[in-house]
Amino acid sequence: MPAMIELTDACKTFTMHLQGGIRLPVVRGVSLAVMPGECVVLSGPSGAGKSSVLKMIFGNYRCDEGRIFIHHQDATIDLARAEPRQILSVRRHTIGYVSQFLRAVPRVPAIDVVAEPLFVAGAAREEGRSRAGSLLRRLNIPERLWSLPPSTFSGGEQQRVNIARGFLPDLPILLLDEPTASLDAANRAVVVDLITEKKRAGVAMLAIVHDDEVREAIADRIVDVTAFAAAA
Amino acid sequence: MAEQMMHDGAAPLMIAEGLGKTYGRLVACRDISFNLYSGEVLAIVGESGSGKSTLLQMLSAQLTPSAGRVSYRMRDGVTRDLASLGEAERRFLFRTDWGYVHQDPAMGLRMAVSAGANVGERLMAVGWNHYGRIRDTATSWLERVEIDTSRIDDAPRTYSGGMRQRLQIARNLVTEPRLVFMDEPTGGLDVSVQARLLDLMRSLVSELGLAAIVVTHDLAVARLLSHRIMVMKGGQVIEAGLTDQVLDDPHEGYTQLLVSSVLPG
Repeated sequence: MPAMIELTDACKTFTMHLQGGIRLPVVRGVSLAVMPGECVVLSGPSGAGKSSVLKMIFGNYRCDEGRIFIHHQDATIDLARAEPRQILSVRRHTIGYVSQFLRAVPRVPAIDVVAEPLFVAGAAREEGRSRAGSLLRRLNIPERLWSLPPSTFSGGEQQRVNIARGFLPDLPILLLDEPTASLDAANRAVVVDLITEKKRAGVAMLAIVHDDEVREAIADRIVDVTAFAAAA
Repeated sequence: MAEQMMHDGAAPLMIAEGLGKTYGRLVACRDISFNLYSGEVLAIVGESGSGKSTLLQMLSAQLTPSAGRVSYRMRDGVTRDLASLGEAERRFLFRTDWGYVHQDPAMGLRMAVSAGANVGERLMAVGWNHYGRIRDTATSWLERVEIDTSRIDDAPRTYSGGMRQRLQIARNLVTEPRLVFMDEPTGGLDVSVQARLLDLMRSLVSELGLAAIVVTHDLAVARLLSHRIMVMKGGQVIEAGLTDQVLDDPHEGYTQLLVSSVLPG
């Protein structure tokens, strides 16, 4: 069975032109693989480059060197060298990403924010909204909030909307950047259940989690990012 | 093989190759090339004088390039050089397959005739002649762009700026174009009005599977609307790629300056 994610010698450096061209090495020599149904947790102190690794895999950050192989639609694609529209296709069909913060679009109701990935994949309005609603209910977002834009929600509510949006579509890869950071115990437990269900469905996950209990519950393997520290 | 898989083997909708425009010794645009596929939204960003409006005019066949060419895949599937089209063919593109949303709605609307006629006119230009059907279609488009249909017989000069811009969008989309050019579509509008318009454009573009080329100096507009971005400076494209990649991880000094100059939202 092929790995869903496979990084070999990936490397990332920022060059800050506005600060006299300072080079900020972030990570180098990142090599890791994630198999279907496996949840790999990235560990390391803050600033070690954990989020940068996720962003390189999702394509927010460009990869300077090395390779990022993704199993996408029965083929392997190197995202480090992919065209923009290939990366978009990978995001539509293969990789989901749950970030810490919701980048809300003004005026779009929460239920549509959550269902949007299904709409993009061609789902009907009714079906998309009904699936989005049941996930929001599970994450304890009261129904009276569904028709409101999440920009007015609390931090924890926004995060749960973001989690629902990330977990709703059936994508084979999920990247999780502190999905439980501002949640209470009850909602943390829901997220752990969701991750367990995804695993059972064969989804490959790469996660950053600071909460020891959550990490314990979800991690099949831990990869220490400090091993990839880029010597300045 | 991967290439083919991504867009089901379809050829690009528009191809720009080595486009340039000079006015005497002044270089307005230099060596610009890209492919645009169906359903893709491309943002062209840069400051005033960067050449982005000149580029948009060349792409939409309103200005003849000094160098290079623009090709477009017509509805019959044949990709043609825009320069080789006759006047009638070019007019046909403008009436049906393309939309052009001007920054100033007064440039894209007839301000003294009714809103219904503004939308209906585009349909009549492509041969619709049944008054009832034209009016029904115009009404449903006013609804889609959130204009109160009781205002259908009013002229846009009685409309607010935001309503005029939404009417201009309805007028452009009624013929179901495959490609829409937008020149600073939210420029000159209040922030709250901009948000509504952006949200509307975003959902229409994705529902209709439109390709669009949006010129803007506003990076927030580019982030919300576009898949891909080209950053222009001094008539050249200095950085291009996936929108969130270019905005989250800008490589060129000028792009870093643009991104760092955005006020936190």
